[in-house]
Amino acid sequence: MKLLTARDEREALRLYKRYPEALPLAGGTDLMVGWNTGRLNGKTILDLSRLKDWARIRETPMGVWIGALATHTAIRVHPAVKSRFPLLAESSETIGGRQIQNQGTLGGNIANASPAGDTFPALAVYEAKIHTVSDAGRRVVPFSEIFAGVKQTTLQKGELIEGVELTTPSTEPCRQGFRKVGTRAAQAISKTVFAGLLWLNKDRTVDDIRLALGSVATSVRRLEHIETSLTGQKLDPKAITRALNLLSRDIHPIDDIRSTRDYRMLVSRNLITSFLNAR
Amino acid sequence: MPTVGHDRLRKEGPQKLTGTALYVDDIPVKGIWHGVTVRSSVAHAKIKGIRFLKGFPWRQAVVVTAKDIPGENCVHLIEDDQPLLADGITRHALEPVALIAHPDRATAYNALNFVEINYEPLPSVLDFEKSKKILKTFSIKKGDAKKAMKKAWKKVDTTFRVPHQEQAYIENNGMMAWFEPDGTLVLQGSLQCPYYIVKAMKPIFKLPEEKIRVIQAVTGGGFGGKEEYPNIISGHAALLAKKAKRPIKMIYDRHEDMSATTKRHPAVIKHKAGIDKKGRLVALDIDIVMDAGAYVTLSPVVLSRGILHASGPYECPNVNIHASIVQTNTPPNGAYRGFGAPQTLFAAELQWEKLADASKIDAVKLRERNLVKIGSELSTGQILKESVGLKKCVDTVLKRSRFTALRRDHDKWNKKKTSPTWRGVGFASVHHGSGFTGNGEVFLKSKASVTLTKSGRFVIETASSEIGQGSMSTLCQIVSDALGVPYEWVELEANDTSRVPDSGPTVASRTCMIVGGLLYRAAKQLKAAIEEKAKKIPTTPAVLKEVAKKLAGKKSVFRITTEYEKPADIEFDDTTYKGDAYGSYGYAAIAVDLEVDRTTYEIKLNKIWTAQDIGKAINPLIVEGQIIGGTTQALGWAVFEKPIYKNGVMQNAEFTNYIIPTALDTPPMDVVIIEEPYSRGPFGAKGVGEMPMDIPAPAVCAAIKQATGLFFPEIPVTPEMIAAGIARKG
Ligand SMILES: Cc1cc2nc3c(=O)[nH]c(=O)nc-3n(C[C@H](O)[C@H](O)[C@H](O)COP(=O)(O)OP(=O)(O)OC[C@H]3O[C@@H](n4cnc5c(N)ncnc54)[C@H](O)[C@@H]3O)c2cc1C
Repeated sequence: MKLLTARDEREALRLYKRYPEALPLAGGTDLMVGWNTGRLNGKTILDLSRLKDWARIRETPMGVWIGALATHTAIRVHPAVKSRFPLLAESSETIGGRQIQNQGTLGGNIANASPAGDTFPALAVYEAKIHTVSDAGRRVVPFSEIFAGVKQTTLQKGELIEGVELTTPSTEPCRQGFRKVGTRAAQAISKTVFAGLLWLNKDRTVDDIRLALGSVATSVRRLEHIETSLTGQKLDPKAITRALNLLSRDIHPIDDIRSTRDYRMLVSRNLITSFLNAR
Repeated sequence: MPTVGHDRLRKEGPQKLTGTALYVDDIPVKGIWHGVTVRSSVAHAKIKGIRFLKGFPWRQAVVVTAKDIPGENCVHLIEDDQPLLADGITRHALEPVALIAHPDRATAYNALNFVEINYEPLPSVLDFEKSKKILKTFSIKKGDAKKAMKKAWKKVDTTFRVPHQEQAYIENNGMMAWFEPDGTLVLQGSLQCPYYIVKAMKPIFKLPEEKIRVIQAVTGGGFGGKEEYPNIISGHAALLAKKAKRPIKMIYDRHEDMSATTKRHPAVIKHKAGIDKKGRLVALDIDIVMDAGAYVTLSPVVLSRGILHASGPYECPNVNIHASIVQTNTPPNGAYRGFGAPQTLFAAELQWEKLADASKIDAVKLRERNLVKIGSELSTGQILKESVGLKKCVDTVLKRSRFTALRRDHDKWNKKKTSPTWRGVGFASVHHGSGFTGNGEVFLKSKASVTLTKSGRFVIETASSEIGQGSMSTLCQIVSDALGVPYEWVELEANDTSRVPDSGPTVASRTCMIVGGLLYRAAKQLKAAIEEKAKKIPTTPAVLKEVAKKLAGKKSVFRITTEYEKPADIEFDDTTYKGDAYGSYGYAAIAVDLEVDRTTYEIKLNKIWTAQDIGKAINPLIVEGQIIGGTTQALGWAVFEKPIYKNGVMQNAEFTNYIIPTALDTPPMDVVIIEEPYSRGPFGAKGVGEMPMDIPAPAVCAAIKQATGLFFPEIPVTPEMIAAGIARKG
């Protein structure tokens, strides 16, 4: 294994350009698993840990900026994240255990592109913007366009995630919900993971709604059919049932080593139902 | 100041806490090479050839196959049916076929990518319920179960199933081997039973016992998983050491350890029970089948303990039990905490729920009418003469958990439409025979010594292994109190067969009760010898040294060795399975409180109450640790642990997907130790290690039944099963 250590951003981008096959190393909680199994034998590693600026979390006039190297612990306890983007704080709280939260980063979580990434439903409903940087320049990628498939991103050669921009919605949602359903209370991979935002009009009709589920498709899914079906409707049982019948158009869970398709489908449905019924 | 009954600093605690304890992979050995194992990838096949492919620097490595074995190609245990290296045929996937050693560990592993085995497939049996190859059977008959069942007021018939379970010790299997210039084979590693290894190496290397030395390294847990398996890894490391003419180290990684080494035997138990109008158990008709895997290993002994516990801690005049163990083409199963009893007790206990449904009498009330007490007769005809604390355990748990009231509260909660969960509390009670089954101890003839060195140190000599259970401290406490000296004055000799006598294997909670008993006697004799020279036991090191010099005379130590003596009034017939199966039994009761989420069907374990009669807690903190740890392990078996097999290969052989409980999954536990002393145990002690593993699973299923109305005669009960069950109910 070859280790490249970048002192600063410029050097990191230069090195990455020269060694595009290198694997960036942030907290290492995903990479080290591969290292342990020998998958990284002979690979080149680009260590980002000295890019201190990239670990910052900053409140901005529009929302919050979270550097790619910010750890889940830093995110979970950050006052602005907690008050303005509580679902992200809650999801960071459910990642691995405390040790993993202290070490793992948001950038690493995204770049790893697991179908079960637990921050993704929150990032999806907050419509996060991913800022990337390479020797050639900077890009802003909507979160909905960052994944290309299982364990695949749309990052280009030599491109790193620099940070995540979260914009505070113009009106505050009247309901926010997050729930992870894993294999146990900690150190658990999700069977299904949910985040939802809801805005209601004065007449109790749905002004806007954003729902997302993870672990039930190749990557996180916004539930577009359900969202569309509910927008403008009163949240009565009929509307909810009608919307939920569209669930199988939005997600495609499978049987695997951790759970079953049926369970994932049923529980995802239950999670949405209890969110819509505020239970 | 007596130490028995008090918490004392763990003898090995400080080293473990500060990271200075050396586990086998930490021990530096100059010039050592790393050994890896080539394993078969199919369940049953003729091996047509092994090819070592181009592209790997084979000249730097040493390769061993079956033909390099100097003696017999077998892993000596009960039957010698298991080859050390598969020769011409593989009977399970992941069977060792060849060994490779290289100076560099990563390179050694890489070599595995350059080995190709050609197979000619043979028909395989992977599902033990379909296997017709019976390796061993046992039967127990008492009274006339058939007739009694016919006459019973209510009868139930349930088929119970329990799965494999992985020991999941914190340290994987690992062993080092080398040959001394005089030809002595030395093995050092992670292990429970050093003398088992000595005996296993003899036929392989055609060496006399004196030329085989086994040393226990600090061991990170065993739970039975390092009882017999180290025989295999020892043989492998030694074969490589012989051929490479240098020390060899073999350390399994987690994946290899989980997929290739032994697990708890899965079992299916067809259990029929009948009660009379008074709720008394009048008939039991039980059929047990366990899965041995591809070879016999310790399966007959596991099956034996299984059948001996199958009727539970209850009186029943008419019992008919048949037990068999069958062969499959899967990796062999072996020892695991509880050793067959958790399997059969699961059925015995959970069946009360069915009897309760049938009779409309509460399951706990039914049990209370049948609990064994002094004078009761077990299924083998054994009469319990002393030390039966079962009722005390039951009463304690019922009272501390407010069991009846809690059940009522839960029923109310479950009726409310707005409750986010369903709640349930379940109960179970068990017995567990302490020490070896039947005449095991008689055959073993264990020895243990206490010595006084010339420099005035008391040293315990046993081959009993500290594997995290606290045996070092427990044995030192027994000896220091028997001698009447401070705890700090007593030490343990290294667990090295060249220095300690064969005190038998570290299994079945026999270390404290049996080996502790031998040491107690030795210490008492040593005390008498000291008092003969010095009137009373010295209270200062200086005086002790004086006495020690006198006692030792020309030798460097004064040693007292005791040997196991069979108590005259304990008789067991191995052929008819009649008589005193165990010298004594421990007893336990438990209540498990849990809730099931109505949205996700996840089970949350809220609280455990348990009371366990262990005779005497030599060190209460250690005992509590055993109970909490064992309970957690059993809770994992009940709700999480599900080895998934495909073509006889475990698919989830890693902690990401083989789910064991984390600290956050472990509920608070209210542990009460009950002490009904056993006259032959040191200070009254009997076994503690296994009951915590025996008892939780049926109580969990009973609690889930109250919560959801669903009866699962199988484990683990997963959210997926509950979801499907609720969907079925509509
Ligand atoms: C025991 C355990 C439990 C876990 N539990 C969870 C869980 O509950 N939920 C969950 O979602 N995840 C979990 N994970 C996975 C992991 O911890 C998270 O994905 C974490 O956020 C990864 O961050 P990291 O900084 O450690 O990534 P690293 O391991 O350093 O990197 C991960 C991947 O991202 C790439 N990368 C890292 N930073 C950048 C960057 N700035 N730009 C471009 N590429 C980059 C790396 O090259 C690598 O491919 C767990 C892992 C372990 C070992």
